[in-house]
Amino acid sequence: MSVLIYIDQADGHVKKASLEALSYGAKVAAQLGTTAEGVVLGTVTEDLAALGKYGVKKIHHVSNDTLNHFDAQVFTAVIAQAVTAANATVVIFSNNVDGKAIAPRLSARLKAGLVSGAVALPDTSNGFVVKKNVFSGKAFANIGLNSAIKIISLNPNSYKVEAGEGTAEVAALNATVEASKVKVTKVNKVTGEVPLSEAEIVVSGGRGLKGPENWGLVEELAHLLHAATACSRPVADVHWRPHHEHVGQTGLAIAPNLYIAIGISGAIQHLAGVNRSKVIVVINKDPEAPFFKAADYGIVGDAFEVVPKIIEAVKKLKGVA
Amino acid sequence: MKILVCISKTPDTTAKIAFTDNNTKFATDGVQWIINPYDEWYALVRAIELKEKDPSTVLHLVTVAGADTDPVIRKALALGGDEAIRVNADSHDSFYIAAQIAEVAKQGNYDLVFTGRETIDYNGSSIGGMVAELLNLPYVALATKFDLNGTTATITREIEGGEEICEASLPLVVSCQKGMAEQRIPNMKGIMGARTKPLKVVEPAATDALTTIVGFELPPAKAGVKLIPADNPAELVRLLHEEAKMI
Ligand SMILES: Cc1cc2nc3c(=O)[nH]c(=O)nc-3n(C[C@H](O)[C@H](O)[C@H](O)COP(=O)(O)OP(=O)(O)OC[C@H]3O[C@@H](n4cnc5c(N)ncnc54)[C@H](O)[C@@H]3O)c2cc1C
Repeated sequence: MSVLIYIDQADGHVKKASLEALSYGAKVAAQLGTTAEGVVLGTVTEDLAALGKYGVKKIHHVSNDTLNHFDAQVFTAVIAQAVTAANATVVIFSNNVDGKAIAPRLSARLKAGLVSGAVALPDTSNGFVVKKNVFSGKAFANIGLNSAIKIISLNPNSYKVEAGEGTAEVAALNATVEASKVKVTKVNKVTGEVPLSEAEIVVSGGRGLKGPENWGLVEELAHLLHAATACSRPVADVHWRPHHEHVGQTGLAIAPNLYIAIGISGAIQHLAGVNRSKVIVVINKDPEAPFFKAADYGIVGDAFEVVPKIIEAVKKLKGVA
Repeated sequence: MKILVCISKTPDTTAKIAFTDNNTKFATDGVQWIINPYDEWYALVRAIELKEKDPSTVLHLVTVAGADTDPVIRKALALGGDEAIRVNADSHDSFYIAAQIAEVAKQGNYDLVFTGRETIDYNGSSIGGMVAELLNLPYVALATKFDLNGTTATITREIEGGEEICEASLPLVVSCQKGMAEQRIPNMKGIMGARTKPLKVVEPAATDALTTIVGFELPPAKAGVKLIPADNPAELVRLLHEEAKMI
């Protein structure tokens, strides 16, 4: 028996979301009195044995060139073989872009119940119950899993990375790898920016910023804080900002440690995507803006006056000239 | 070409989220139902555009739900599509729903199955992947663009910090999100036409659910906002650093 964690990598590097999944999986294994194992697909440049510090005892590595490009169908078939090799009864994914593609496939393949978007450790006091996000962050549901194999897809930024001591045994897994039917022809990476879904701090702008020419304020503050930038839906709709920055009920749902909203009213659909942020700061000139009700800190004022002063203060704090 | 678009109904985005029966059921009193925005704005509209480009395309909609969903399905048909199929079952288990859709897809021999990226109520992001696995088809999740050239699809999908462009041959399953298409408003002709489009009701195939909802919880209320005077933003930075320890 084991808990198997899918370790997601890009360009040879393990993604941060996977470190959360590893830490979470190790805790689930401890809870069940079993061991945590990992599975990695494709060529990796990182020292896999070192991942043992997150609590995994053994890592199954399938290195095959086909697996350097993502294909949910091919990946699922390989992970299913790792499930057998590890004799896993619980499989953990990060609920990130690749996890969202593979976890449901594996669920259907193994007839294994899936909780996607888990936000807490399972409650095993009476059965196996996992808390997940529902209604776009407006509520939680506790989902019971009764199948022999259980799959949990953990929301990014919901579980803290816990590093200790230890190295993992790395074992090559000789799995059958099917030919891929999805051919990747191009990858466009936005370099230099912090990916929004993985960001710990997000600076977000709304229609209150009046136009794309004023986004320098948002970008400068984000840069100083190593934060990602985001926006409200109307801002993306009128193409002031790219679509992938749109957060909310119909955009990306995020849960950073700190969310700074500038000139955003805080409509219910916007809040749905950001209200799981640990700390929310709102800067809005309208004291009646609904966002203040969901905020931890607020400034009622004109963004064009307030934000430059915040930037100054952050520069002072960080010792940047 | 035959396209199947999966449609789910969800509460309106402004609906009050509350629960009944000892927090085991969503309180539906007074709730307005809409087509799940991802299904409508992206999956359905893109499918309609493909049909407009190639009018020989057959476009079907499928939902797994009770009869109370029929008005929502008619709304979807008012936007476009030739007919709808409703599998007559009420379930919140993704696998159960996916198994029903896979059955419909198998019978109809579709070249393309579109879903929304997730529903805005259960946020599962699961149906597309499950349907693809049950049909043994390739699956591209979180697509932001989809184009067809004969039977070859060119798809752009979201990845962390960017996008990936890939090619795949039909048949395949795709989950759709922002970028795929722009929201449309149904016109009078569409609304009138939808009334007479076929809405077939089929009984569900025998399938076991893999999950159960034990109960719901609402998040704890925020303690309240701490307001900082507008003439002293440095105080905000100090609090974020010293009190919240976030920067
Ligand atoms: C089905 C549906 C789904 C939706 N999904 C989403 C979603 O996913 N995400 C989303 O964001 N929205 C979504 N919306 C839209 C949502 O309802 C709001 O319309 C939108 O969030 C408002 O964006 P905003 O706050 O940027 O603009 P506004 O509502 O126009 O607010 C601008 C704010 O800026 C403030 N302001 C103006 N000038 C200044 C200044 N100089 N300094 C400081 N503050 C200033 C104003 O007081 C105001 O509060 C959805 C709507 C529907 C119907």
